[in-house]
Amino acid sequence: MSNEIEAIKDPGLPAHVHRRADTDPKAALKAERQVAILFLLSALGTLTLIGSYFFIPQDAFIFFPVLGNTNAHQLFLGLGMAASLFFIGMGAIHWAKTLMPDEEVIIQRHEFRSEDEDRADLIATAKAGAAAAGLGRRSLIKRSLALSLGLVGLSPLILLRDLGPLPGDELKKTSWKAGTRLVTDPGDRPIRADDLEVGAVAQTLPQIGEGVHRKLSDIGKDAVLLIRLRPEEFNLDAERLSWTHEGIIAFSKICSHMGCAVALYEQQTKHLLCPCHQSTFDVTRAAKVIFGPSARPLPQLAITVDSEGYLIAKQPFSEPVGPSFWERSS
Amino acid sequence: MTASERIAGTVANYVDERTGAAKWMKKNLTKVFPDHWSFLLGEIALYSFVILLLSGTFLTFWFDPSQREVIYDGSYAPLKGLEMSAAYASTLDISFEIRGGLLMRQIHHWAALIFMAAIVVHLMRVYFTGAFRKPREFNWIIGVGLLTLGIVEGFLGYSLPDDLLSGTGIRIAEAIIQALPVVGSYLAFFTFGGAFPGEAFIPRIYTVHVLLLPGAFLALITVHLMLVWYQKHTQYPGPGRTEKNVVGYPLFPVYMAKAGGFFFIVFGVTAFLGAVASINPIWLYGPYTPGQISAGSQPDWYMGWLDGLVRMAPPLETYLFGRTISWNILIPGLIVPGILFTGMALYPFIESWMTGDKREHHLLDRPRNAPNRTALGVMSLTFMLVALINGGNDIIAITFDLSINQIMWFSRIGIFVLPPLAFVITKRLCLSLQRADRDLVLHGRETGRLVMMPHGEFVEVHEPISPEKAWLLTQHEQNPPLALEEIDLRGVRRPGVLKNKLRARLSKAHAVAIPKVTAEDLKAIENH
Repeated sequence: MSNEIEAIKDPGLPAHVHRRADTDPKAALKAERQVAILFLLSALGTLTLIGSYFFIPQDAFIFFPVLGNTNAHQLFLGLGMAASLFFIGMGAIHWAKTLMPDEEVIIQRHEFRSEDEDRADLIATAKAGAAAAGLGRRSLIKRSLALSLGLVGLSPLILLRDLGPLPGDELKKTSWKAGTRLVTDPGDRPIRADDLEVGAVAQTLPQIGEGVHRKLSDIGKDAVLLIRLRPEEFNLDAERLSWTHEGIIAFSKICSHMGCAVALYEQQTKHLLCPCHQSTFDVTRAAKVIFGPSARPLPQLAITVDSEGYLIAKQPFSEPVGPSFWERSS
Repeated sequence: MTASERIAGTVANYVDERTGAAKWMKKNLTKVFPDHWSFLLGEIALYSFVILLLSGTFLTFWFDPSQREVIYDGSYAPLKGLEMSAAYASTLDISFEIRGGLLMRQIHHWAALIFMAAIVVHLMRVYFTGAFRKPREFNWIIGVGLLTLGIVEGFLGYSLPDDLLSGTGIRIAEAIIQALPVVGSYLAFFTFGGAFPGEAFIPRIYTVHVLLLPGAFLALITVHLMLVWYQKHTQYPGPGRTEKNVVGYPLFPVYMAKAGGFFFIVFGVTAFLGAVASINPIWLYGPYTPGQISAGSQPDWYMGWLDGLVRMAPPLETYLFGRTISWNILIPGLIVPGILFTGMALYPFIESWMTGDKREHHLLDRPRNAPNRTALGVMSLTFMLVALINGGNDIIAITFDLSINQIMWFSRIGIFVLPPLAFVITKRLCLSLQRADRDLVLHGRETGRLVMMPHGEFVEVHEPISPEKAWLLTQHEQNPPLALEEIDLRGVRRPGVLKNKLRARLSKAHAVAIPKVTAEDLKAIENH
């Protein structure tokens, strides 16, 4: 490089400056004592740990400024452990920095590229090996090997098939049927329209038989949110309006974006907000998306009341609930 | 001869008689490592990994990775009698019944956060100093692999307790799988053993979290370290340091004491955090059920950028022939991260292609002397930062009393505008710093002493800088851009005109620099 000729010269490694401990035995002794104190502090930490483990009850609390009311057992156990480890490290490093040699050492590097002769040798060996195997000439072997290697990768895929059932129409249906009662979650109590005041929200699930265990995967599709508005506050088409009952409107609680529970309802604006990604749905307009990443409204469940006055589903959901998937048609 | 010297000698003799490794051991015990604080960042990652193995093993002794439903009957009163998974119940037991269990859980979680932070900062050090250049491209790729695995491993780890917050995270992961075109719903059903959440997921990811991925980590970390060892560490430029040598301290005893001691310090600090700083208090969240959620649902920080991208995505879906493609999930959740990580892995090759530089490099660059690279790095970081900020938009909105919608719009616009802006500003800053270096070498240091000249003019006295400093500021190479003429010497048009044009332009952008001071410049000024 041309500019290297006229570049400023490298003055070389600066002269070594001795530490005090290198020349003054007193300073060395002091450093030695400091290292010993650090190691002793570590021992003290371990004793704190042992003491806390056996003698501080697990439900003892202690007040510390900044930390507030803290579990004393956990705190002193941790502080003891921290000290026992930290001070070993400090001791070792202080030892290295004050008493071990600090004169910089220089070693040489070598370029990784081998000598041209060795490289030529290797390349020749590689070529000879490839020629000896004769893959280039024996195309029958080459092709059959490629085929078997390609296929052998399939077996782990095949063997993993039983990880789960095929989805079938599982993603498309829920437990809601025409006439299914809405029950409170938690509590499993059927709900009358009068139980909900205007402005109130209720989390509900479909009623199931007494003693039947409710699966989490069902809750993941069946959770429904009831919201009661004044009927005149709705801004719905005739069909969707007929899906409501006396101002009560029901939506799937499972976000149409990524399946979180859409649990934040703002009474003033009548917006539902998903806390995961802030998709915001307008309750008065059939949960139309007004903000955030969700591309679809929350599915609305058509509701009415049965002969005893309890809220029931008029029909199943008219579309799949929850996040999108390939086989979804809209 | 002291006792310890004698023992050291005996051990060396004993080992050699059984291995014949005297030469090899001598060479490695006296191996030299350059000293710099920034070389400790990777060490922090390594030590955090060891802490993770130790604390994680402790946790496995009591953790029950099962989604079988149990009734909680432990000492934490608010959850007594509640139905929950055995995974969640056993995590509560580790927190409340096992002495030191909560401490270990917190150490494990803190170590995971520190592990990821150390990897990211180590990666930044390697990037901005150009340590990834030949011959260290493999190690760069392994590093990107470790970062990616770390994100996955961390996510699986905080998913295991099966609390309301982590279950929500799994729900989102399921939605990403489910959004994959063609195979999505099948993959989701295979992963979860049926409809979400099922009862198979926690036991499955447990095996992945405690066996498969730690095994992969161990293998990759081993190769990563062996390569560092074999290729010898890079060093910062300075007097006496060249491409051909390594200046530093020998492994035994100085470096062993320092590195060994540093392990204990990292462990101690992690234990301290575990003791005083509560993290992931899962008992407050309650057991997972898909119908519930807590406000302010946040992933761990290294996932935050991904969540932020998903949050800011436009509400786009395509419905075609009765099929759905969720761009609002695929773009931020898979396509953009895929491009970012692939680009990152390939960067050493891209840079070498741009500059045409195929030589070995062992001396690190000062970031200002590679303005284009530095600017590209800051640009990528800015992108990630905007995404990360948006990942916490709800928390920011509440903390600073802002509108969440405004923060979202800030991020949506900012993610396009701010990174290029950061690029331009950084590149200019680098060039300004180069200019400042040049001034410093030419005119010396400002002493702050003002002197009045006989004719009344005030001047500030400058003092020449030391030859060491002058060398540091001028040691770097300044290579001209690639000369890629469209027409070659024989007057024939080169093939791949567009590719060559792009390469020439990139190379030119990469070579922009303020000319460094030469010996002649200095002479000229002295004679002045």
